[in-house]
Amino acid sequence: MLDRRLLCFTGKGGVGKSTMAAAAALLAVQHGKRVLVVEVDAKGALPALLGHAPVGYRPETVAPGVRAMAMDTEQSLREYLRLNLRVPVVGRIGPLARAFDFVATAAPGVKEILTIGKILWEVRAAIDGTADHDLVIVDAAATGHVVSQLGAPQSIRELADVGPLRSQTEWMIELLSDPAITELNVVTTPEEMPVAETIELVARVRSELSVPLGSVIVNRVLPELFTRADEAAFEAMRAPAASEWIAARAGAGTAEVLDGARLAVELRRARAEHLDALRAAVDLPLLYVPYQFTATPGLRMTTVIAEALGEELGL
Amino acid sequence: MSSDLDQLLAAKEIVVCCGSGGVGKTSVAAAIGLGAAARLGGRVLVLTVDPARRLATALGVGGLGNIERQVPPEVIQAATGAAPRGELWAAMLDTKQSWDQLVLRHAPDEIAAFRILENRLYTNLTARFVQSHDYIAMERLYELHSSGQWDLIVIDTPPSAHAIDFLDAPARMADFFGGRLLRLLTLPYRVGGTRGSRMLNAASKPFYSIADRLLGSRLLEEIAEFFLNFQAMYDGFVERAQAVERLLHDRRTTFAVITTLEAAPLNEAESFIAALVDRKLHLGALVLNKVLPAYFVAPDVINAAAHLSDDADAMGAGLAADASLGGAPLADAARNARVLRTVSESFHNFALVAAREAELRAELGRVPDVVATVPSAESDIGDVQGLAWIAGHLLSTR
Repeated sequence: MLDRRLLCFTGKGGVGKSTMAAAAALLAVQHGKRVLVVEVDAKGALPALLGHAPVGYRPETVAPGVRAMAMDTEQSLREYLRLNLRVPVVGRIGPLARAFDFVATAAPGVKEILTIGKILWEVRAAIDGTADHDLVIVDAAATGHVVSQLGAPQSIRELADVGPLRSQTEWMIELLSDPAITELNVVTTPEEMPVAETIELVARVRSELSVPLGSVIVNRVLPELFTRADEAAFEAMRAPAASEWIAARAGAGTAEVLDGARLAVELRRARAEHLDALRAAVDLPLLYVPYQFTATPGLRMTTVIAEALGEELGL
Repeated sequence: MSSDLDQLLAAKEIVVCCGSGGVGKTSVAAAIGLGAAARLGGRVLVLTVDPARRLATALGVGGLGNIERQVPPEVIQAATGAAPRGELWAAMLDTKQSWDQLVLRHAPDEIAAFRILENRLYTNLTARFVQSHDYIAMERLYELHSSGQWDLIVIDTPPSAHAIDFLDAPARMADFFGGRLLRLLTLPYRVGGTRGSRMLNAASKPFYSIADRLLGSRLLEEIAEFFLNFQAMYDGFVERAQAVERLLHDRRTTFAVITTLEAAPLNEAESFIAALVDRKLHLGALVLNKVLPAYFVAPDVINAAAHLSDDADAMGAGLAADASLGGAPLADAARNARVLRTVSESFHNFALVAAREAELRAELGRVPDVVATVPSAESDIGDVQGLAWIAGHLLSTR
């Protein structure tokens, strides 16, 4: 995974794709890479997961070896115009912003191409060795939107017959399609909707895009509490005779403690069904990251998850 | 026996459920509808955007377009144990179909409508863009409400990058179609049908030169043609978007914010509450979903859990020694001790999470009068029985 130049992380909202992107960044740094992390839906969550305040469009160092930037399509457009078309943009920001908003809404794919274009620009610089990073990690759009984001170069090529945007799409598609360079990872949790969206997304990526898929990362996997024989013992303890005997020694509240363990067993069981469905439907490697009971989102949790991810990857 | 949420539902005609992804918004919206239909009566419609397949099937709306379907009363009775006082209906939001209906309604004639429906920009715009989902959900809500067929409509909002996006969708849509830039873009195409660049004024010229160089003239023309066609529907659209906006502000409309007690969804819920207050929209209820049971933070229970681990060996042996306590499954003292330690450890793990939830709840700033809590379900909510279980918690807590 870490030998690529572009790692994208997607997944249903709320499953922890930003956390996985941040953990992958830490892991890459541990293996000697210099990383640029790009947050696409600028909510400021990603730098916080590395213990840093939100960042802007200009990359900032957020952790040793990691720089981060928040995508801003208007800024990306200005940069593009300045570098490629030599359009003097300075001083015309107001009208340009409105015009941009309009065209971006009207013409499908424009916002997306500015996002993926900027990202691939940085990837190319990494390959050429002209950048301050070796690897670009993207906290990409959620499952519902990521296909139009990564597919933007293809859509633009179909829509625009001429113009610089079309000619730019060729090298973008080439980079995005190269399995030595690009990898799209899908983050999920062992729950019904995230799993359903993952299965659907993997199928869509395969049929609509040429982007190579990496792994499915299953986040928040609950521990298996009991073996079969242990569970039989546990069930016997919940029966009135035993539970009253235990309560007489451990005190009032014993029944609830046993209920709590029962809830943990049931939650794990419900999730196991979804994992089975995922395994049956998706033939990608699955990486399991345990549920974090002790840590709250932040650098500590990211560090723990990076460790778990590294183990799963055999690093 | 009525709770505050009962009162809210009795007084309102529209409940808009919002919250970030993964918090169980769809299930809670459906449960609110079920609870209202079962207990309060009347004709209740749940309008859902992207339900899990099992839930859609349970509601009888799997894979269909904009058609309302009634959930059979006997299904509700089987789930709640009582005959429902009213009717529960469910419908899915079919974005593409809703847009097409909108175009057909507002286009001056069939040919104009056809030209728009066939335009590939239109197809792209309506099928793929999240903003268009936001608007069409609100539009569909308006349509259903003005049909006069429903006593209560509960709507589940589409997943957005930011939960508040859909609130501004009607205003943005009106602004968009009424905007200066729309006139700017279509101007050269309205003058004699040819591109008279000398007609361009100083303001639009730089825009054109950039857009032309960036997109190529054919795409630019196509965009303009699309909006030129759309302009025929301008008045209808703007009027409609304004009506939708008014409906959101109507006294009969309320918003329910749904969240779990986890940091990220809660942050989003708080910013959503702030946005509602800011826009003077009615914040009716906060639903805390998938909350761990309160016993995880009860001192005597935590104490008992500690005992299980501390005295695991002695208790394990005791349980094995007395056959009347469990017999064969408990015959192995070492196994018993291991199980007791595991139970204790698992309890402490979940107690940590529960303590964090309790703290986050205590730190909640501005909250509406109605705060309802739904405990974490042992299994996924995928049938009417599950919805009834949620409804039972929603409508009996204060």
